[in-house]
Amino acid sequence: MTKTKKKKIRKKDLALMSMLIPGTIYLLINNYLPMAGLFIAFKNVNFAKGIFKSDWAGFANFKFLFATGDALIITRNTLLYNLAFIVLNLIVGVTLAIMLNEIRNAALKKLYSTSILLPQIISMVVVSYLVYAMLSGDSGYMNNTVLKALGKSSINWYQQKKYWPFILIIVHVWKTLGYLTLLYLASVVGIDSNLYEAAEMDGATKWQQIRYITLPLLRPTMITLTLLMIGRIFYSDFGLFFQVPMDSGPLFPVTQTIDTYVYRGLRSMSNIGMSAAAAFYQSVVGFVVVLASNLIIRRIDKDSALF
Amino acid sequence: MKKKGPKRHRNFQILCVAVFTLLTVFILFPFVLMAVSSVTEENELLIHGYKLFPKAFSLNAYRYIFQSSSAIVRSYGMSILVTAIGTTVGLSMTVLMAYPLSRKDFRWRNIIAFIVFFTMLFNGGLVSQYIMWTQIFSIKNTVFAYLVPNLLMGAFNVMIIRNYFANNVPFEIIESAELDGAGEWRTLLSVVLPISKPILVTIGLMIGLAYWNDWTNGLYYINNSSLYTFQNLLNRMIQEINFLSSGEAAHYVGTGIAIPNVSLRMAIATLGVIPILMVYPFLSKYFAQGITMGAVKG
Repeated sequence: MTKTKKKKIRKKDLALMSMLIPGTIYLLINNYLPMAGLFIAFKNVNFAKGIFKSDWAGFANFKFLFATGDALIITRNTLLYNLAFIVLNLIVGVTLAIMLNEIRNAALKKLYSTSILLPQIISMVVVSYLVYAMLSGDSGYMNNTVLKALGKSSINWYQQKKYWPFILIIVHVWKTLGYLTLLYLASVVGIDSNLYEAAEMDGATKWQQIRYITLPLLRPTMITLTLLMIGRIFYSDFGLFFQVPMDSGPLFPVTQTIDTYVYRGLRSMSNIGMSAAAAFYQSVVGFVVVLASNLIIRRIDKDSALF
Repeated sequence: MKKKGPKRHRNFQILCVAVFTLLTVFILFPFVLMAVSSVTEENELLIHGYKLFPKAFSLNAYRYIFQSSSAIVRSYGMSILVTAIGTTVGLSMTVLMAYPLSRKDFRWRNIIAFIVFFTMLFNGGLVSQYIMWTQIFSIKNTVFAYLVPNLLMGAFNVMIIRNYFANNVPFEIIESAELDGAGEWRTLLSVVLPISKPILVTIGLMIGLAYWNDWTNGLYYINNSSLYTFQNLLNRMIQEINFLSSGEAAHYVGTGIAIPNVSLRMAIATLGVIPILMVYPFLSKYFAQGITMGAVKG
């Protein structure tokens, strides 16, 4: 009896395992093989010899990367933009979610939530066209309409790096605010309405209700989402930093992040070693940061930890 | 819920409506500017730039796209092909990965779940991925370059579908199907999937959106312009304003036609948004669902 039961389970396991075959093979190739390929960072890559036969370079690639100061600039840009995004995402997301929840007219609410989500679902290439329509030197809306109306002279937007930290932050907020609002809204909607009614009885103002009921109850969501973003702090949105500034050279000091640096090194093929070193640096430090932020989540709120 | 609050609360609500109205204008303005510019007379654009209320309209840019430039139409077809194949294969693989992981009685559940999960924490980076795909698998300048790297199946979607199965498909249903003699495949296809339609639509939509919007795989692995998807053509056109009339793409373009470059840019970008706008009203519920589940990276 027990023997047949055991046999039956095995057949079931094999059937289930057969479903997993395509996906597992895909992950092994797409995700695990490149992990093994991280050794490239320690090679002096020579395509004529092939990757495996290329000479070992030791830490030479890393030495170059850090000696040129590139590492410092790309790390600084990646971290500072991400910090700005994390703070803004939190403020904008929570504020707008609370405000959207206050709107009682169902049709308006639907209209708003549908329109603010639109930028999230279009590609960064299309976004770069929209930004171009605003900022293009000859035909852009800023130069031809806004600055003209203000009586100011035209600005060569794609050559002047001082504007770009603001432009990139605005584009980021424009693209992601709908997503963040809906994400926090899901938590705001979940709050028990009896709490507000009781506060109402006690004569609490709207601001007091937000301050003492809504915000404390949103705290777990705020912490989880923020720590998730901190876990990704070594990664940047390649499209935002590569596509939106249109690959413009004079802007590199403020638009180059680890991801764009790695791609540009790969594209030029001239400093593929440094590119590989930067990718290695991102993978390893990024991994440590993910583990650390998860450790913090576990300390604060065990249920919202990733693992 | 429709209860009217005291006056000060109404003031707050008016403030909320005002803020969201302004916000909606801020969000939609660039889209409107793009659409209006795409039907503005080329000369007016050259003199006054992109404007919200142009004086002269013209459909020349669109006429040009559909009559003279097979490159654009062809790339549109390529995008549709890639999206259709990628979504079908990707969703199937994701579901087949998620279902066994949702089964508590599956023997190798933990080890496989770890294999999936670990990919969310650590990755090999672009350089080794690029070298692997081009040197070992030779996908450069093939359709596989659009389909295979990264987009086909992601750990996040697997986890979302797995959780859906685990929470919404009662184990009793699966057990009774098995008592009736259905095998695992049979149970999945004719019992589990039919009651899981909402999540399949949501994740299918997210995978489709990722394929339609993707331009990075084309940027990394495709340099043959006859294989361009729509996004890659867009990408190329913003870098080289005269791409369509010069060099590689010239043989697609009839000679002697003045290309309305400035309006054309906006027309072609508009065409990139239209398919999304067309499905969006009907599926916005699923979009919102997918987005709150974190399935869209953007």
